[in-house]
Amino acid sequence: MAADVDVRASRGSARSAGTAIAIALAALVVTPPFLPRYALEVLISILFFAYLGAAWNILGGYAGQFSFGHAAFFGIGAYTSTLLFLRAGLTPWIGMIAGGLLAAAFGLLAGYLSFRYGLKGPYFSLVTLAFAEMLRVVAVNTKAVGSSLGLVVPTAQPAAWQFLFAAKLPYYYVILAMALGALGITFAVERMRLGYALLAVRENEDAAEAAGVDALGMKLRAMALSSFLTALGGTFYAQYFAYIDPGITFGPGVSIQGLLPTIVGGAGTALGPLLGAFVLTPISEITRALLRGRAGADVMLYGLVLMLVISFLPQGLMGIARGGRRPVAGKPS
Amino acid sequence: MTTGLLLQAAVSGVLLGGVYGLVASGLTLIFGVLRIINFAHGAVMMLAMYTSYWLFTLYGVDPYASIVVTAPLFFAIGAVIEKAVIEPNRAAAEHNQLLLTLGLALFLENLALVLWQGDFRTLRVPYAAVSFVIGDALVDLTRLIAAAGAVLMAMALFGFLRFTDLGKAIRALAEEPEGAMLVGIDVARIRAIAFGIGSASVAVAGALITPFFYVAPDVGESFNIMAFVVVVLGGMGNFVGALVGGVIVGLAESVGAAVLPGSLKQLVVFAMFVLVLLFRPQGLLGGGRGR
Repeated sequence: MAADVDVRASRGSARSAGTAIAIALAALVVTPPFLPRYALEVLISILFFAYLGAAWNILGGYAGQFSFGHAAFFGIGAYTSTLLFLRAGLTPWIGMIAGGLLAAAFGLLAGYLSFRYGLKGPYFSLVTLAFAEMLRVVAVNTKAVGSSLGLVVPTAQPAAWQFLFAAKLPYYYVILAMALGALGITFAVERMRLGYALLAVRENEDAAEAAGVDALGMKLRAMALSSFLTALGGTFYAQYFAYIDPGITFGPGVSIQGLLPTIVGGAGTALGPLLGAFVLTPISEITRALLRGRAGADVMLYGLVLMLVISFLPQGLMGIARGGRRPVAGKPS
Repeated sequence: MTTGLLLQAAVSGVLLGGVYGLVASGLTLIFGVLRIINFAHGAVMMLAMYTSYWLFTLYGVDPYASIVVTAPLFFAIGAVIEKAVIEPNRAAAEHNQLLLTLGLALFLENLALVLWQGDFRTLRVPYAAVSFVIGDALVDLTRLIAAAGAVLMAMALFGFLRFTDLGKAIRALAEEPEGAMLVGIDVARIRAIAFGIGSASVAVAGALITPFFYVAPDVGESFNIMAFVVVVLGGMGNFVGALVGGVIVGLAESVGAAVLPGSLKQLVVFAMFVLVLLFRPQGLLGGGRGR
């Protein structure tokens, strides 16, 4: 029943926000060519954050499974496409699909093991963190994947078909398309049987199962989708920054980057991650500008924001937009 | 691989395992009483290590003597954190409480990064190089003191919980929260005290290792993860389990380091963690509350 109210509420807010979204969308498509380089970089960073958040949201927000280890999928995506590109000359456009499928397979394995043995709540968070850390340790110790030195993507000859661009603008449109795609998938999931089933599982798994919902199957579907999308983000990162290493791609920082905009914006809401990214990234940019040369100030602020949001806005920023009508996303049993 | 090398690894593993056990004791106490997995435990340890480091560097206070300052200081800091951050969110969903301590960890770690930069700092005590031979193994004095101090501290903690009224109140709250409230125990006060004691134990552990370990903003991270492994191994909320688990993890890590190349030793620890979480979440010794 809680799930029912929830879906209706999110539909209503989605419809009423329709016009605003259309205007914002037009602005996001039309204005970037006229923006200065720095603004474009910030926008790319916002959309990248939003994308990772949207991918995390499917598992963490809708299915209520708080992964602390999405870096595993991000790293698999980044390493798969980059290695296929460096060693076999395969374009990352195809490599990213391979990375996504590999990440989804890993996600299904990790998810099956965790869900099959009944890991819930913090225990699921811990086991996902451990899986990601294991991959990081393996990457650090494997010469064939560059060990701790990482991999450099050669950028001397940019070519669109190799996912290498000379300017920032094409990257912007790629990440815009990816973020919109992830949002579209989220909206679709909300309306599909999967979405209803996930909410039912999140709110009360035993009741959902009694009502005939295949909880394990639904959570695994969310896991596969979430890990596939996160891996594509890994490929984007590798192509955009042209460098990956185990700490960057498999480290806990990436996992937190996916979770943070979603929690701040509102977990289990389609627009939450986007809203969260639009709030968090400028905060981090401003802090960095104000405290130049003081590494860590932005992440310190992230920690503070996370604590404040949990304490005062447990539903995230979307909770304000909804005037608190939404039932509290259940205390796990 | 000679037996001598393996023996050496086993000895240093057991010694470091004692420290893991103390870190994990604090974590398990906090879990037992507050039912939250404290992600900021390692960050608190890191701050305590910096305190010991600065006391030595600025005022020449021996790191072991610094415990006299850091233990009460971090008891107070822990109690304040509990009152200000955790207590107001008692009613929040379990995963939100986890995120709360994650936010706290991010905040503290990066506060240290802002204040003291990311350099690895080490303090040089005059007795750092003292070591002696036991059987075939070489044992550093500082590591031996750390292990002995950790076990002593853990035993003191154990005795405190078993034999004092306050300790009994803490255990009552961990076992039966509603019953504890019914018999008139001020549960909010006990929760703050438990968080304070957990933080003080990890501060002691930090001071004990500074003579042979480095200090950096992220030094607590690996100890935090290690403490999770230990706590899960020993059973959540199980004290003896934390000490035994600490020694097991320390052994596995050191022997893994001797046998495996590079930093693959960490893989052994994580693999153990995943296996225990999946197949025996109540811990190897049982008694705790898994799942």
